[in-house]
Amino acid sequence: MDRAATAARIAEVIEPFNKKAVTIDDSTSFAGDLEWDSLTVMDFVAAIEDEFDIIITMNQQAEIETYGQLIDSVVNLQG
Amino acid sequence: MSEGIDEVDRPVMPTGEKGDLFSKFDGLIEQRRALLSAGMEDPFGLVMQRVLSPTVAVCNGRETILLGTYNYMGMTFDPDVIAAGKEALDDFGAGTTGSRVLNGTYAGHKAVEQALKDFYAMDHAMVFATGYQANLGIISTIAGKGDYIVLDIDSHASIWDGCKLGDAEVVPFRHNDIEAMEKRLKRIPEGAGKLVILEGVYSMLGDIAPLTEMIAIAKANGAMVLVDEAHSMGFIGPNGRGVAEDQGVLDQVDFVIGTFSKSVGTVGGFCVSNHPKFEIMRLVCRPYVFTASLPPSVVATAATSIRKLMHGSNKRAHLWENSRTLHKGLREMGFKLGTETPQSAIISVIMPDLERGAAMWEALLHEGLYVNLARPPATPAGMTLLRCSLCAEHTAEQVQTILGMFQCAGAKVGAI
Ligand SMILES: Cc1ncc(COP(=O)(O)O)c(C=O)c1O
Repeated sequence: MDRAATAARIAEVIEPFNKKAVTIDDSTSFAGDLEWDSLTVMDFVAAIEDEFDIIITMNQQAEIETYGQLIDSVVNLQG
Repeated sequence: MSEGIDEVDRPVMPTGEKGDLFSKFDGLIEQRRALLSAGMEDPFGLVMQRVLSPTVAVCNGRETILLGTYNYMGMTFDPDVIAAGKEALDDFGAGTTGSRVLNGTYAGHKAVEQALKDFYAMDHAMVFATGYQANLGIISTIAGKGDYIVLDIDSHASIWDGCKLGDAEVVPFRHNDIEAMEKRLKRIPEGAGKLVILEGVYSMLGDIAPLTEMIAIAKANGAMVLVDEAHSMGFIGPNGRGVAEDQGVLDQVDFVIGTFSKSVGTVGGFCVSNHPKFEIMRLVCRPYVFTASLPPSVVATAATSIRKLMHGSNKRAHLWENSRTLHKGLREMGFKLGTETPQSAIISVIMPDLERGAAMWEALLHEGLYVNLARPPATPAGMTLLRCSLCAEHTAEQVQTILGMFQCAGAKVGAI
């Protein structure tokens, strides 16, 4: 799947998690802008994993700070 | 999840300003200052001035019933245990001053490992300085670069730290969620080594894991299985070997981790296993090699206690009775509990928020009852918990007294 298609699907997955309706673009930071608690982060990661049938290990999660980086990682993880 | 006090079990990296390396703790320092300046007794500054028995101590000047010590089988004051410790202290001295692989293996260390092998009916036993170090050592050593660890998100801090110390890929799944675990196992790349880490009893809510289903799935997907049975030894399962034994799947578990700091009533940790190559761990496991061994008196008390736990069925029955009575009584008063039914010797009371949790904790202490206060971020889902752990030495009358104290304190702070 190319970046645009991946980004579109991630946008759908993130929608119900974005309770504060933050405007999201590639530079949006998970810790800084979305301010999710750890349980929400876990549920969101699980939702992304299930959507794309991938695993995002904790080690990889630590590298993902922004929305854009998440899209890039998912693109890469799909191989 | 653990007794982590102001620390989340899963490590997070605090970010601070330049210069003072302590500035990253400013938020926490301020939070504590606010709590204590409101006149609150420091929940984390309790001092036991005298300990009268496994269930009663003088803390902060008051005689107090202990209901948060994990001293499940009340072995801390067992006369045989104490006698064994004194004898070893006299015969072998205060400490070993050496690593297990150098000058720190005494007859007592071999004896306690034999007691563990007999207790679990397993081929190998390896004793560490603490349960924390047992998890740290075994996990970081067996799961290395390129291997995958699949673990429950509510795992104890020592499990998370073991993952962090090793170089494996770490994949958590939602607490006790069998399907989530299976999905993750199936996505692991072909050929990679896999370790599934579970706990028998999760100590935050006192709930148990569906080990039968989870271990079957782990095995079907070619994973090795490690189960931390810290909170079940001595009273869960027909021989007190834990939840895996109770569910009839202990023979499928590759590594059992345990501790001497709960039912055994002293300090130390261990791993038991039937893996034919297990003994090599003694040479390659750094938290085993690069630290001094337990003092002779400690291993002597542990060995005596473990052997006595093999015959503890009456005490065990009484412990379960206490757990059921407390669970039922608290429920009837209107407290919200961590489990629908009593599943272990931990009964966790879920408080509506940190303020009322802390107030309730303090009110109970003034009534003369010590319970464990657990609060975010150490707790799942940001809950504030009053964790009660029962002891086989709590009398039926003490349990009634405890219920009365909950009633008074709960009414005082408006929690029920
Ligand atoms: C699940 C679990 N594993 C390991 C440990 C560590 O045990 P120890 O106190 O021996 O370090 C504990 C207790 O603190 C625990 O709750």
